[in-house]
Amino acid sequence: MNKMDIINKLAADINVNQKIAKIAVDTIIDSVKKAIINNERVEIRGFGSFTLREYKAYKGRNPKSGEMVNVEPKKLPYFKVGKELKEMIWKDSI
Amino acid sequence: MTKIDIVTNLYEKLGFSKRECANIVDTFFEIIKDTLEKDDNVKISGFGNFFVRKKKARRGRNPQTGEEIKITERQVLSFRLSQVLKDEINNKSKR
Repeated sequence: MNKMDIINKLAADINVNQKIAKIAVDTIIDSVKKAIINNERVEIRGFGSFTLREYKAYKGRNPKSGEMVNVEPKKLPYFKVGKELKEMIWKDSI
Repeated sequence: MTKIDIVTNLYEKLGFSKRECANIVDTFFEIIKDTLEKDDNVKISGFGNFFVRKKKARRGRNPQTGEEIKITERQVLSFRLSQVLKDEINNKSKR
């Protein structure tokens, strides 16, 4: 499922046209993105949370050539699955 | 940031009532959850992908007691960040 599918499903579920559904989906995703970029923790109950983690610089290797490379410090968001969703997906497999 | 902040942003953008906006935000996350529960992946361009991974049964240890335990087969949710957002966070978008 991609963004377009979400927009179509949302439009059908809440009975609005696609234009409004698209604005809604873009606004929701944008809100989450902006908060992550601003190093703000995002928590959606029952779904999960995003936190920005900082990684220090390290010396790594190019896996193809074996050449040593300097990896600069970076920030990456970490997604922690919410309890409810985790259990939903887990139970599925039993 | 929590759901309420997202609802407020949506309220300012759409001009719908707060109640309607809350309903939209809830429905959005429900759609994603339902999709993942059906083992289908969710790809959001410019943000990232959510996908369900199957993990095989394996032996593990209780880290506190050292006791060996069986970890059953299970499915977990993973998130892979989009390269675009990765660059945006690390200010590499302007090349």
